[in-house]
Amino acid sequence: MAISTLIGASIKRREDPELITGTGGFVDDLPQTGLVHMYVVRSTEPHARILGIDTARARQADGVLAVFTGKELASEFQSPLPVTVSFVPEKKYPPHYPIATDRVRYVGEPVAIVLAQSRAAAEDAAERLDIRYESLPPVVDMEKAIAPGAPVLHDELGSNLAYDVKRAGGDIEAAFRDADVRISQRIRQQRLIPVAVEPRGVVADYKPFANALTVWSSTQIPHFVKVWLAVILGIPESQVRVVAPDVGGGFGSKIRVYPEEVLAALASRKLGRRVKWIEDRSENMKATHHGRAQIWDVEVAARKDGTVLGVRATQYLDLGAYCSQFGTFQAIALLLIQGPYKLQAWDGRGIGVYTNKTPTDAYRGAGRPEATYIIERVMDLVAQATGVDPAAVRRKNFIRQEEQPFTSLMGLTYDSGDYSTTLDKALEMVSYQQLRKEQAEKRKQGKHVGIGLSTYLEICGLGPSVATTAAAGIGFWGMAVLNLHFTGKATLVIGSSPHGQGHETPFAQIVAETLGLPLEDIDVVHGDTAIGPMGMDTYGSRSASVDGTAVYLSAVKVREKARKIAAHLLEAAEEDVVYENGKAYVKGSPTKAVTIQEITGAAFQPHRLPAGMEGGLDETTFFNPPNFVWPFGAHIAVVEIDDETGRVQIQRYVAVDDCGTRLNPLIVDGQIHGGIAQGIGQALFEDGVYGEDGQLKTGTLVDYLIPTASDLPMFETESLVTPSPTNPLGVKGIGEAGTIASTAAVMNAVADALSPFGVKDIDMPASPQKLWHLMHKNGGSKR
Amino acid sequence: MRHRVAMTINGTQYEHEVEPRTLLVYYIREQAGLTGTHIGCDTSSCGACTVEMDGHSVKSCTVFAVQADGAQITTIEGLAVGSQLHPLQQAFWDEHGLQCGYCTPGMIMAAKQLLERNPKPTEQEIRLGIEGNLCRCTGYQNIVKAIETAARTMAAQAGKEVKAPAAVS
Ligand code: FES
Ligand code: FES
Repeated sequence: MAISTLIGASIKRREDPELITGTGGFVDDLPQTGLVHMYVVRSTEPHARILGIDTARARQADGVLAVFTGKELASEFQSPLPVTVSFVPEKKYPPHYPIATDRVRYVGEPVAIVLAQSRAAAEDAAERLDIRYESLPPVVDMEKAIAPGAPVLHDELGSNLAYDVKRAGGDIEAAFRDADVRISQRIRQQRLIPVAVEPRGVVADYKPFANALTVWSSTQIPHFVKVWLAVILGIPESQVRVVAPDVGGGFGSKIRVYPEEVLAALASRKLGRRVKWIEDRSENMKATHHGRAQIWDVEVAARKDGTVLGVRATQYLDLGAYCSQFGTFQAIALLLIQGPYKLQAWDGRGIGVYTNKTPTDAYRGAGRPEATYIIERVMDLVAQATGVDPAAVRRKNFIRQEEQPFTSLMGLTYDSGDYSTTLDKALEMVSYQQLRKEQAEKRKQGKHVGIGLSTYLEICGLGPSVATTAAAGIGFWGMAVLNLHFTGKATLVIGSSPHGQGHETPFAQIVAETLGLPLEDIDVVHGDTAIGPMGMDTYGSRSASVDGTAVYLSAVKVREKARKIAAHLLEAAEEDVVYENGKAYVKGSPTKAVTIQEITGAAFQPHRLPAGMEGGLDETTFFNPPNFVWPFGAHIAVVEIDDETGRVQIQRYVAVDDCGTRLNPLIVDGQIHGGIAQGIGQALFEDGVYGEDGQLKTGTLVDYLIPTASDLPMFETESLVTPSPTNPLGVKGIGEAGTIASTAAVMNAVADALSPFGVKDIDMPASPQKLWHLMHKNGGSKR
Repeated sequence: MRHRVAMTINGTQYEHEVEPRTLLVYYIREQAGLTGTHIGCDTSSCGACTVEMDGHSVKSCTVFAVQADGAQITTIEGLAVGSQLHPLQQAFWDEHGLQCGYCTPGMIMAAKQLLERNPKPTEQEIRLGIEGNLCRCTGYQNIVKAIETAARTMAAQAGKEVKAPAAVS
């Protein structure tokens, strides 16, 4: 009765009333007095030596309090910015400081800061800086960057090669020897710019006598920012507080400790004033990290019945100018190419390259969209080469449910999964056989209709502490503190730091259901490092399965203690006491119950407690999951390409996702919608382009197109539930699944539509110009 | 050189000196202190700053404060009456039409204008009507649904108040 009425209910979000009335508090909205505004002066050169910066005229400008160059600040940094292992312990990387001193390596790199009474005054003054550069040749193209004789970004590394590593399993030679069909294909993952609609922003307030720093930042990771501000600026961690207020989207772009967080804090320390920095969009496009930026060379060995035997691939990853905090995270793709399929062998090589561009780091999915894209393109390339239907190729290669938990070629253990059922469901939703017939008909009428499948498998829920240490350099876990007040109300402090996901509502649902408390009696607090212990924050679709479980376990612990107290109050043996719906009673006498509110009252009065029991009713959990979780699903896109304009119209988009238990389906579906839209953005619109001169050519939202409402259809979503055995709630993750699946679904559909022209693969984005040319100019063949 | 401007925002009269280059959105946020209107770009692309000015929805980052001298402005803070949410606000909440909520004030203001011009829009008309407002979180699906829901609520309310369908103030 109580069980599963709240967990799994589509309850409206408690975060919303403020956000819909304009009374929310994003960093730029927080009431702050006595502010000094910081403007970050950025390199206009992709690669240059800084010969000198003359600040005299800027310092004299109206309203200016101070100007600092990188050289003037360098001695203040006790550590460079953090870099994590992120699956490539072999990598070489240079120290990366928040501000350049004598050399710049990408357009947008900070070179000086101006502090003034207003943002406008700071910006005006910045124009009076005289910065002299000696240009160096920019390195833009990844392959040229690692060719002999290329100019080198970081002299101490000797070349632009960050790493060249192998990740392999199974006998690849045998796979290719046994193959009837061998396919080679170069597949690009263009550079993407995350574009959270709220750019970043920081307010820093340093109190000199207390040596204490408070920072409000639009970040996904307040706890990590706290640790690193302490380390970099040499302030005791206990004296640093970081608050993530309302955060307007992240998608991975707010997952690292950023130069501006350090610079604002440092400026506050130097001036003894509260300092505010708000990123404008033009800055955001080059100062906030980018994602993807990869080239893949793929070879496939298959049988003519569609069995895929092995895949060999090289991932070239453009790290940009420095190795960002999770800069090599996208190399996780090398561990995941196998997806939901039973390959005999995988032979991967990863090459990381430095170029004079904005650093790359996690962007929604980070490595999993790429792995999915590759293996899902492979499935379609095999279908095309063998003439076997793409759905049949997938079925032939699927790992079966009976084979779960399955150990992959890379030694990862899939927790649970039923891949063919999600595919069957999706095929049924689109009436696949019928659809193929209609496609054939429309082709006869000269219409270009394509059907694209994507049967993804992804990994999330960071994570098992041991495994994440290997992956990220530190152990990960979930954290929740549940604290019941004297009157029976509850405060839940969570270690995750939502920035649009809406954790407050489902996490309150977990507590309400477990303890039988009214939902509205549970307050959920997050994003403030001064409240509660270290949390691991939010990224990688980890919060529901890891922090959500910590919430559940804290609630269970509170319930167990409440039962003990109730037994004492009822003068009964503990094992005879039943706790349900917020009440405890002796088995068989439910009318003589004590409520959780009465129990809580007793918990604060030692004389009413069992002998030896400590007072209070609050519990903390650090949950270290035994494994990752592995959501999966099947997405199908149906597209038509306009013959005259080359424009892709998505006619239907069907998504069947299995993320285990759905805590709040309303929120789950919202995550799926947004995720799909972002993946479609990569497929059809988005492209972060640099000129050969190293300048970002897509530096505004006029040049860099993200999907608008009129670009997208209504998505048809369905869900299946295969509970994860990794946590007691059976929860997986859903924050990135849509993005992981949809790029491949749409591009497979586009390639399918153009297969009569002999097209095998199309570089993303599938822009109208590109497609029009494929249909009309090249006599039908691409290369 | 500074100019004196006066305008009515959500029924309250404001009067300040501004630089000629001050954009309306900064005036609203910094001088009037109404921070519900957001800034998401510098190319008039995102619509986060959308407000109503003299009955038209405008991107307030594209208007100088001096141009709004004497204007009647409504921002997101001016929609709810006490604790009674505007039907659009209610529908965005009910339909999960927001995630991070950063685009939401501008989105709701754009939707308000859309429904005033076209009280019964089709899905496609809604999509075109909010094309100038970017949302990175929702994929727009529940925003479209919220606007449809609000349109129904507003039609029902208008039906109660007056007979003529066009009588939306
Ligand atoms: S801030 Fe006005 S359109 Fe983006
Ligand atoms: S809800 Fe986040 S941008 Fe729209």
